[in-house]
Amino acid sequence: MRRGWFLPIAASLGFGFLYAPIVSLVVFSFNESSLVTVWSGFSTKWYGELLADPQMLGAAWLSVQVAFAAASIALVLGTLCAVALVRFRKFRGRTVLAGTASAPLVMPDVITGLALLLLFVAMEASLGWPAGRGLLTIIIAHSTFCTAYVVVVVQSRLSDLDLSLEEAAMDLGATPIRVFFDITLPIIAPALVSGWLLAFTLSLDDLVIASFVSGPGSSTLPMVIFSKVRLGVSPDVNALATIIIGIVAIGVLGATVLQLRARPKKAKA
Amino acid sequence: MSSFDTEAPAPRRRRPWTVVERGLTAIGLSGKALVIAAPAIWLTVFFLVPLAVVFGISLTVKQFGRPPYTPLLTNEEGTVQLTLHLNNYIRLFTDGLYISAYLSSIRIALISTIIALCIGYPMAYAIARAPDQWRNILLMLVILPFWTSFLLRVYALTGFMRGNGVINQFLGLFGIEPLVMMQTDFAVYVGIVYSYLPFMILPLYTNLVKLDGALLEASADLGARPLRTFLSITLPLSMPGIIAGSMLVFIPAIGEFVIPSLLGGPSTLMIGRVLWDEFFANTNWPRASAVAVAMLVVVVIPIMLLQRAQDAVQDRERAK
Repeated sequence: MRRGWFLPIAASLGFGFLYAPIVSLVVFSFNESSLVTVWSGFSTKWYGELLADPQMLGAAWLSVQVAFAAASIALVLGTLCAVALVRFRKFRGRTVLAGTASAPLVMPDVITGLALLLLFVAMEASLGWPAGRGLLTIIIAHSTFCTAYVVVVVQSRLSDLDLSLEEAAMDLGATPIRVFFDITLPIIAPALVSGWLLAFTLSLDDLVIASFVSGPGSSTLPMVIFSKVRLGVSPDVNALATIIIGIVAIGVLGATVLQLRARPKKAKA
Repeated sequence: MSSFDTEAPAPRRRRPWTVVERGLTAIGLSGKALVIAAPAIWLTVFFLVPLAVVFGISLTVKQFGRPPYTPLLTNEEGTVQLTLHLNNYIRLFTDGLYISAYLSSIRIALISTIIALCIGYPMAYAIARAPDQWRNILLMLVILPFWTSFLLRVYALTGFMRGNGVINQFLGLFGIEPLVMMQTDFAVYVGIVYSYLPFMILPLYTNLVKLDGALLEASADLGARPLRTFLSITLPLSMPGIIAGSMLVFIPAIGEFVIPSLLGGPSTLMIGRVLWDEFFANTNWPRASAVAVAMLVVVVIPIMLLQRAQDAVQDRERAK
């Protein structure tokens, strides 16, 4: 099928649009000058400055803790929810659960953040818990919206699953819980890994919800970046972005290589 | 009696499921109930109840103190009194700021979605038609930016578009006067398209890659020009992909806060930003809540209903 010159040119321009800003960000992170857009010589001083900035490092550590906890809670809740929706065809409130589980996907961040903050304030006033806002409230908020994404990922894997394996195990006398841990869980493991990674990334990236539910002294990395960027250019943000892009690129490249290697083996077998 | 029955059971390794099972029997819960209850309770407490709280607080008015809103229920000498204020909603309709913010959010999201479709469609089509060994690499290149930080990508755009940014320096080489791009609606369009382009491309790609090449050949054999074939075969068949991709761009764009506040100017009105300012700058929690409720009713609920209707159509088609 020859499509002529139009598609390749359009695609190249599109990819150029996607990558040019990222490439320039990476290039200028090695710029000597503090004017982010004027090249004055190669230097790694912004990386040094970044690593010596306690505010950035503290925020990064807080964000990693939050993302780790939120992704793990979301993984458990999201998997349970997906099992309930796919395996238990009929129970009271199924439509409500399905709707509630997918609603956070279309809910604007500003509303989710505001709603959770108002809840936490009202709970603190009436129940005394959670006392103040910080790590715990950010984790709860992130777990809630990440759960919706885990549900989507695990649900699609579960509904593709061959039921006969689980039925065979049941026929051989395994209890439903044993079937889940010995049969279902190993099969859906890849979906669990990608669900967890997705939740981790989304939590690490969230600015709006965290800004609402965090308290004084608990600024996450996106909050610190946002306040710096809003005040003006800061080359150490370029350095930070380059590090993050590097980690992600290696991760995604690695995953793709592993996938491509696994495929020919399958074809042979 | 076979030796099988009488033999003492071999010492078994404790498996996670036995622990879970014993725990559940101990507290008298069935596994099924727990599987449903855990996410249901969490989502009720931290998703549905908060929305109800927002609605409640939208019916109060701002006051100085902690919390900064008047109580809904007051208890005076044993009489519980419920006080509801409609002031916030009246302001939403009478103060032009809010209505124009809603309208301009919808306009900005709509224009950005159309631009994203025009850029994303040829890209998705090119990837779907690319040779096999290229396709995975190109797809990876589309997904890669999605895994990097959204905030940092918007920041990357500011370095690109600012007064002495990369674009203007490039234009300067040809003696062209610097363009003012930052702090305009144009920058917001670019920002939304740039951030959400992968969401447009992926559903379009999954749709276009399934397109039967034989249909296109048949059309060409019957004498149709490529453009005609595209308009009467490819485009109608890719409609589900177009709708799915457009929704994935339009929905998050409407409530967007980061892009208008970093790239837009003071005149760029978007409802997410108005809500943020009501809350953080004016500390008017009741007003911010009313803005959120109106946003839910006007934007979010129609979108959810539309999506459900679309899912139902797709299910029916699959059943056929």
